[in-house]
Amino acid sequence: MKKRNNELTPLAKKSFWIRLREEKYLQVMALLGIVWMLVFNYIPMYGILIAFKKNFFVTTPLFSKKFFSTPWAADGGFQHFIAFFKDEEFVNVMVNTLGISILKLIFNFTLPIIFALLLNEVKNMRFKKVIQTITYMPHFLSWVVLGGILTTWLGDGGLFNELLIKFGIIDKSVSFLAYPEYFWGITVISDLWKELGWSAIIYLAAISGIDQEMYEAAKVDGASRWKQIWTITLPSIAPTITIMFILAVGGLLNTNFDQILVLNNPLNAPRSNVLDIYVYQTAMRGMRYSYASAIGLFKSVIAFILLFITNKITTKLNDTALF
Amino acid sequence: MASSKLNRITVGDIMIGILMLVICFVSLYPVWYTVIISFNDSSDALRGGIYWWPRKFSLESYKTVFQDTTIIRAFMVTVLRTVIGTVTSVFFTAMVGYALSKKYIMGNKFYTILGTITMFFGGGLIPYFITLKNLGLYNNFLVYIIPSLFNFYNMIIFRSFFNELPAGLEESARLDGANDSMIFIRIVIPLSAPVIATIALFNGVGHWNDYFTGVLYINDAELQPIQTYLFRIIASASASKTVVAMPAGVTAQQVSSQSVRLATMVVTTFPIMCVYPFLQKYFVKGMLIGSIKG
Repeated sequence: MKKRNNELTPLAKKSFWIRLREEKYLQVMALLGIVWMLVFNYIPMYGILIAFKKNFFVTTPLFSKKFFSTPWAADGGFQHFIAFFKDEEFVNVMVNTLGISILKLIFNFTLPIIFALLLNEVKNMRFKKVIQTITYMPHFLSWVVLGGILTTWLGDGGLFNELLIKFGIIDKSVSFLAYPEYFWGITVISDLWKELGWSAIIYLAAISGIDQEMYEAAKVDGASRWKQIWTITLPSIAPTITIMFILAVGGLLNTNFDQILVLNNPLNAPRSNVLDIYVYQTAMRGMRYSYASAIGLFKSVIAFILLFITNKITTKLNDTALF
Repeated sequence: MASSKLNRITVGDIMIGILMLVICFVSLYPVWYTVIISFNDSSDALRGGIYWWPRKFSLESYKTVFQDTTIIRAFMVTVLRTVIGTVTSVFFTAMVGYALSKKYIMGNKFYTILGTITMFFGGGLIPYFITLKNLGLYNNFLVYIIPSLFNFYNMIIFRSFFNELPAGLEESARLDGANDSMIFIRIVIPLSAPVIATIALFNGVGHWNDYFTGVLYINDAELQPIQTYLFRIIASASASKTVVAMPAGVTAQQVSSQSVRLATMVVTTFPIMCVYPFLQKYFVKGMLIGSIKG
């Protein structure tokens, strides 16, 4: 009987010190990771306290007496949270965040799945591989580069305007990134362009794992290609889709900060100011560290709740869960 | 029979084929356009009308790029951080993954729970920023390396892989007197080439493309990576471009800026473009293991 090298040995009654001596290298290796996590994950969690302090100065060390003695925020510590909800920017920021995220959920989550299903139907293997390689190329561009391309294209006299004028759709050049109303569209479409091929990889991999015999049986029964997709392919990759969906909902308040920071400017701000941008600017420009921390905490908590709820729902619906 | 099935190309097949070609074209064209404009004379490019090939071929923009010391310096920072960051991160994460793959070690469950929590909850931007500042990482090259040493998600991928390795290898090594660290370095790592390639790829691309770390933590122009430098140029350019009606004199100066910007973007992206097609199987596998098994 082959024993795997990570099973518990039957002599688990050894004392702590003996085991420590036996495992010393492994313990050091593991503890290095744990220490790293404590420093870079858990200290920031402790730093959440900043959100509950009345004022925080960026020069104050987190573990100093100075930090411990700064006064707590009013209203039982929730002063900044209340201020955020009352802030005139609050509704706008939430609308932008949810608007962009939901649009991305509707389009950028579903279209890669459809793309994967269609790509799977391509019969020529080489053509299929070439398409894959080409379509996930945009994923490797940084958002800075893509942002640069977009500002050139969508700007005054850029290619987009050239073509629109040529085809008579508009008669004067429009600097699209200068207007709030175009922002959501630009964000969603550019994100789709960038990630379509890449997101499809997971689904294509899942599809390739499906038992071919089911398709043979369906063909014998006379099922059309589309019927086969509907009754075999989709249900088989449903677990994958579900997990990706849970992750997507958990990240609903995230809106791809890297992308928005590049495309955001004072002129399109009314529609580009999302939660993360607001936190960043309030802290870095406005110096309101406690306030910004409070918003950040709010976001983390909501995201966690969303994740939890979606996970519960999918467990009930189709037995798939993230945790 | 198989051959008769393949020969019947349906209308559906043709439509799908056309759709795929359109999608491929749309994926490629923006990049292609950027490349041809960067190889075009800058004032001529402003006149528009260039779609498929440079009209007035010119290497001026690239000359400017390669002669700009700030840009060269920024490139070196990027290369340095990518190489050092990726190597250290892969090794560090693999090491922890190896330790945690041994289910019998003390505290394993506790360590795992500690790490899983970090996947679902975090402190937020400001506390993280303050933490790094307190650690002295502000305006410090190490801010690119140390905070990215460990990634719990990647660790899980390593851990799954190590669990699949046959026990016999380790046992015979132990009989020969090797301890855990020697087993890890001399036996496990050489066997892990595929996983290492995958994680190294993800890490490397992340390092290469990251711009925000530089924006947030680095003030010194000598320490900024090329993406951060590009960000600063583009952010200022887009702000000025959206202002209406610039006088003719100012436009001339913006002209060279645009082509130089594009040339810088091409040079920045070129290394990754060359490398990624060959590593397809690695990241496909990595994504599979990561999301399904993990």
